[in-house]
Amino acid sequence: MDGLRRHKSMFLLPGLLTLFLIIIFPLLFTIRVSFSGWNVSNPQMDFIGGANYTAMLDDSRFWTSITRLILLAGGTVLIQYLIGFGMALLVWREARGRRFWRVLFLVPMMTTPVVMAAIWQTIFHESLGPMNDLLGMLGLPRIPWLTESGPALFALMTVEVWQWTPFMFLLLLAGLLSLPKEPFMAAAIDGAGTWRTFWKVTFPLMAPVSVAAVIIRLIEASKLSDSVYVLTSGGPGSSTETPGYYLYIQGLRDQQTGYSGAMSLTYLVLMIVTLTIVAALLTRALKLKGDS
Amino acid sequence: MRSRPYKGLVAVAAAAALTATACTAQDEAQQKPKEKTALFKSGSDISYQKYGKNYPTTKVKDVPGSCSYESISRKDYSGQTLKIISHAVPVIGEPTQLHAKQFEEITGGKVEVVNVPFGELHQKILTPLQAGQPAYDVMFYPSLWIGDMAPYLAPVPEKYLNTTGMQDVTAAYMDVATWDGKVMQYPVDGDRHYLKIRADVLQDPKWQAQYKKATGKDLKVPTTWTEYQDIAEAFSGKDFDGDGKKNYGSAEVTKRDDLTFSAFISRAAPYVKNPDVKGGVFFDEETMKPLINTPGFVRALQDMVKAKSTWAPGGSNFGLGDEIFSFGGGQTLMSYSWDDAFIQAQQPDSKIRNTVQAAPLPGSTEVYNRTTKAWDKKANQAAYFTWGWTSAVAKASSHQEMAFDYLCFFSNEANTALDLTIGRFGVNPYRISHFAPEFWEKQGWDKDVAKAYVDTLSGMEENPNRVFDLRVPGVNQYMSALANGVAAALAGQESPQRALDGVAREWAKITDQIGKDKVQSAYRNVVALEDES
Repeated sequence: MDGLRRHKSMFLLPGLLTLFLIIIFPLLFTIRVSFSGWNVSNPQMDFIGGANYTAMLDDSRFWTSITRLILLAGGTVLIQYLIGFGMALLVWREARGRRFWRVLFLVPMMTTPVVMAAIWQTIFHESLGPMNDLLGMLGLPRIPWLTESGPALFALMTVEVWQWTPFMFLLLLAGLLSLPKEPFMAAAIDGAGTWRTFWKVTFPLMAPVSVAAVIIRLIEASKLSDSVYVLTSGGPGSSTETPGYYLYIQGLRDQQTGYSGAMSLTYLVLMIVTLTIVAALLTRALKLKGDS
Repeated sequence: MRSRPYKGLVAVAAAAALTATACTAQDEAQQKPKEKTALFKSGSDISYQKYGKNYPTTKVKDVPGSCSYESISRKDYSGQTLKIISHAVPVIGEPTQLHAKQFEEITGGKVEVVNVPFGELHQKILTPLQAGQPAYDVMFYPSLWIGDMAPYLAPVPEKYLNTTGMQDVTAAYMDVATWDGKVMQYPVDGDRHYLKIRADVLQDPKWQAQYKKATGKDLKVPTTWTEYQDIAEAFSGKDFDGDGKKNYGSAEVTKRDDLTFSAFISRAAPYVKNPDVKGGVFFDEETMKPLINTPGFVRALQDMVKAKSTWAPGGSNFGLGDEIFSFGGGQTLMSYSWDDAFIQAQQPDSKIRNTVQAAPLPGSTEVYNRTTKAWDKKANQAAYFTWGWTSAVAKASSHQEMAFDYLCFFSNEANTALDLTIGRFGVNPYRISHFAPEFWEKQGWDKDVAKAYVDTLSGMEENPNRVFDLRVPGVNQYMSALANGVAAALAGQESPQRALDGVAREWAKITDQIGKDKVQSAYRNVVALEDES
């Protein structure tokens, strides 16, 4: 019997080995790198203690990029959730043409983020882009979409919302389609209107799916860098830099391997803690709503 | 503590490398080319026409010599493979590919070219070199990286230094290719920043009268940054070419990660390079204290911020491509940077062909003296030699002869003559013979345009007051920090002084990180170029 159990556990080995190679080893390696002075002119991993972490505490560009991302991700995910939920409700109710709408809504998500950002870069081009042409036709002034801090952040948020709302739509639609019919029948018998049914039945029942969708999107948004790279390159100045893009600059372009290792780990820990708290708060808030 | 803690990884990599090497190992006999019958006669006509309609129909003669088509086609490299890394197509990447194809055709050897975007080039070249893996035999990269690359490069052998083409390279570009007294880089391009301006507008009596009336000054090619600003302001927002669309005063490279540092150094050069003060402009040579936040640099950044009002829409985030399009496409009156926008304007299909003029970079009426810590009141102009593409052969390459033969073929007289005329190639004058106006007139340039162009470029070679790029280990980090400071000031996030104070702090940190002695020793090479020219 013991032999059989040992034999069975051998089947776990490939999985464990893969896990070690793609997660545990890089993580341990990054921890080691983060305590080294490895940089472009010194490929040796000299141990330098916590110097990278000390330098990071003084790096306002890193901390500002984190604050910016929190606002950016929080804002865009909220908008994505609202629009995505609306679209899912629309398709859920609307029987005719449901398949067509589903496919249409998913098109942005199927496009590579870099390609999507390049298209939006053309749309937002200050002198040649259709966005400013449209404003001109309406008699409104042209906006420097990508060359002033405020408009550039707005442009970045637009691309994020455009690209990832379909993902939210897909998850929420799946959630809606899996809801039991009985509560809705009971609500109808009680004479509840559409709005009341939504708040008292649909929304509470959707709470677990909503939390999952929002958390998944927040995790994804925390890695935002590809559209920043294409759309604004972090500019103007450093006003659209996200931690992901800043890590790319430090780690890959400027080859500050040790320093970027320290920042990556710190950022990873911060994100795990933040997202855990957000998930707990969201779960509690939505449960309360559901109980009322 | 110095260590290689990733021993396991190194062992695996070494095993893989050994296996790969064993599979592809060439014995010594294969390193040398065999002799074969030449495919070209001496003095044959050379043209790129057969490679597609994107190439000009121009024909030039193969110039006899060891790098000529005739000589290289005598060599048989069949069975050998050359690996090359170069910038993305078209700038330098396209000629790398084209000449690789030709080299294959005439020598029988195989040439594999990898093209990489600018942002990844440094890492893709340096990482395998540092790991001791000869991933590429030939590398094309910006010449200012020499401080990082030099330890891993094979010096150019004497027989290649004695070729007619190499003997013709200007003194400045031989200096750029030299490190610690040895020629480590194979010159294939020469780059400088200079002023480009619409001569048709400047010489138009209508615009001259309007400018005089508005400013009380004569309209002429600006010789200072103040004049440049005045003219740019006066013409910005006007339709000076009568096509019904607004034109603008100036286009500059301002996108943070797209060579903005070069644009800024151009603006700063006349304020910081004092011909009476030796010892470099970027650091105090003795203490290695950064000088990037001294008054000359601050003045230049103030000028650049002020210039925003004269830029075309989107101008505060213009990359090099945008600047080329903006001036070369006729949108703006002036710009300053590399040759590309000028060559673009002079392409046969350009609507502003032969209406443009080249001139030295604007100067200043005073220059900061960092010894006396005061401004010296005098007219000052400084030439800026801003990197230029270069090429080199890896010390660890097992195909060094083939690699150097490829480079000497790449830059032989016939190929260089044709490459110079194709704007998108990014190959610009770097040999004395390239400064002959007749060469450019043959391409259809007006006599005056050609003369002003070669006079501007050769004048920089002769100017004793010159600024060179930083060329120290970690130069990318220094320039990245500088570009970030400039961009922050342009975006209004910080004042020019505060932005450059931040850059100075970053530079001091980078120097500590890399090692003061290492940076200082390399920086002395730069200072020597500037002070001993």
